[in-house]
Formats: sequence, C-alpha cells, structure tokens
Amino acid sequence: MSTEDMPAKDVPGEDRPTEDKPTEDKKRAAYRALQDRILNGEGRASPQHRARAFSNAGLSPPLDGLLGKVATRPTLVTDADFAAARAAGFSEDELLELVICAAVGQAARLYDTGLAALAEAAGQEDG
Amino acid sequence: MRLEVLNRGYGPGTKLLFALIRLFSRHPVPDAAKLVFYRPDFYGSRAKEFTHEAMRGPSAWSVGDRELMAAYVSQANESAFCVGAHSATARRAYQDGPKVAAALTELESAPIEAGLKATLRMLGKLTREGKLGAGDMRQVLSAGVSRQQVEDALAVCAAFNTTDRLADALGFQVLSPEDFEAGAKYLLRRGYR
Repeated sequence: MSTEDMPAKDVPGEDRPTEDKPTEDKKRAAYRALQDRILNGEGRASPQHRARAFSNAGLSPPLDGLLGKVATRPTLVTDADFAAARAAGFSEDELLELVICAAVGQAARLYDTGLAALAEAAGQEDG
Repeated sequence: MRLEVLNRGYGPGTKLLFALIRLFSRHPVPDAAKLVFYRPDFYGSRAKEFTHEAMRGPSAWSVGDRELMAAYVSQANESAFCVGAHSATARRAYQDGPKVAAALTELESAPIEAGLKATLRMLGKLTREGKLGAGDMRQVLSAGVSRQQVEDALAVCAAFNTTDRLADALGFQVLSPEDFEAGAKYLLRRGYR
C-alpha cells in the first residue's frame, strides 16, 4: 500500500457538540427521512408496491422472488429474477425503486431490532 | 449492473462529471457512485446524508473503527464489492493492514480492543441472524462500550445492510485492488456526501 495521502493517524470522530440534541437523533432522523422519501414521496412504482417491498410482505410473483431475495439473501439475485419482473411489465425505474425499498426495509428492521435489544439491556442495567 | 438505467440513464451534466472523474482520477466510476447519482432525489441524496452521518459524524468510534464495522457487516452479508471497498478504507484509516485482515478472518484472536471486538461480534450476529437479545447487548455494554457507541455502531450497521443489499442485487462490479485503494483515499478525504 502506498503511503501518499495517508492521514497522519487514524482520524478521530468529530467532538460531540455539547449543547446540541443528542447525535443519535440525527443519525436516526436521517434514516427516517430516507424511509419517508422512498415510501411516501413521488415515485414511478405505486406507493402500495413500495410499502410491500419495504415490509417484504404481500407481494405476488414474480416480484416476491426478486424482492424477497433482496431482503434475505441478496447474493442469490440473478439476471433471471430481473428478467421475470420486466416480463411482467415493470419498468427499470419501478424495479430500481422497489429494490431500494426492499433493501432499506430489511436494514430498518435490523436497526430497530438492535435498538430494542439495547433499550432492554440498558433498562435491566438501570433496574 | 443489472439495470440498464444505472449504466446509461444520466443527464448531460452527470455524464460530463463521470467523464471528468475517469479522466482525472484514471480510475473507473464505481457502481456505488453511479447508484447515488441516478435520480438522486429518490434515494441518493438522503442515503448519502445518512451514510455520511453514520461514518463521519460525531462519534466516540474513530473513522477506522467505523470503516472496519462496515467491512465486517459486509462480510457477514458476503457482499464482495463492499468488503473490498471498506476493508481498503479501514486499512488506510488505521494504517494497519494486518489488524483489519485479522479482524475479518479470525475476530476472536484479532489484536483489537475488547469493546470493538464485542461490538463487531454483535453486529455480525444481528446481520446474519436478524435477531438479537438483551443478553447479546449486555455483553457489549460490559466490555466497556457506552450506549451511545452502540447506537452509533447500529447506524453503521443499518447503512451497510442497505448498501450491501443494493450492491449484490444490482450487481455492482468488483473493482481491482488499485481501484479500491483509489476509492478508499477518496472516502477518507471527502466522506460520503
């Protein structure tokens, strides 16, 4: 590895602002803003399809195959999954939106699961 | 990439920008960048804000620690593009390649501090199994990690569980080691915005 342009040492995070709102709110708020945009903002795919992709529930073939893999085993997605969805009449822009909703939805569930486990563990510590 | 709009669906300004990046960096435009430049109002703008906040915003975790978490989560998802990109960035941030390689191949014996190790273990379990209990989290807290640090690590985890899925579903092309190094330099200089 070349040494040019290397930082002098590992870069610390910025100092936490003392009077600002807690920073976890900013991180979580930024993720909520992304979720809100892809689910409720203007899009080529219907809000109903986007909501179902996000929650990975209530989808019918061939979308359920493609979007279920995005949520649970994305490395198994194939060209054929996209071809089947295109053949059913979905445009590339619709499919991109639905793939994004499926990915963000699964990550949001993991985020919530982690935060719930933290709240429980921290509550037990306090008690 | 599996969607042709992500290869060709850009306006003249973005096409010119991509050409300039190729010309001046002498590296290809990574598919991760193409994704966030396509209809940025739908996904890219807010995704960049969130990822930048998680990876470069205020946190007691260093940039190297967070890049290692990104690589570790991506490895749990078997996401080759993201493992390549973020292990290169973690190596460069820490200036320590063996440390990153050890954490990714044999976490338990890796020469990293107990708190970071417990956090990586927790993020790996959450990512692989989709489940996590209070007991898993107590182990992290008892290794000396603050609640705020756990929350910050979960934000990194959310960012890369999103990006890993998009990389693999959309078929991001895995870059050469030289191109990943160039990307790592860029991410340390400019971040994700």
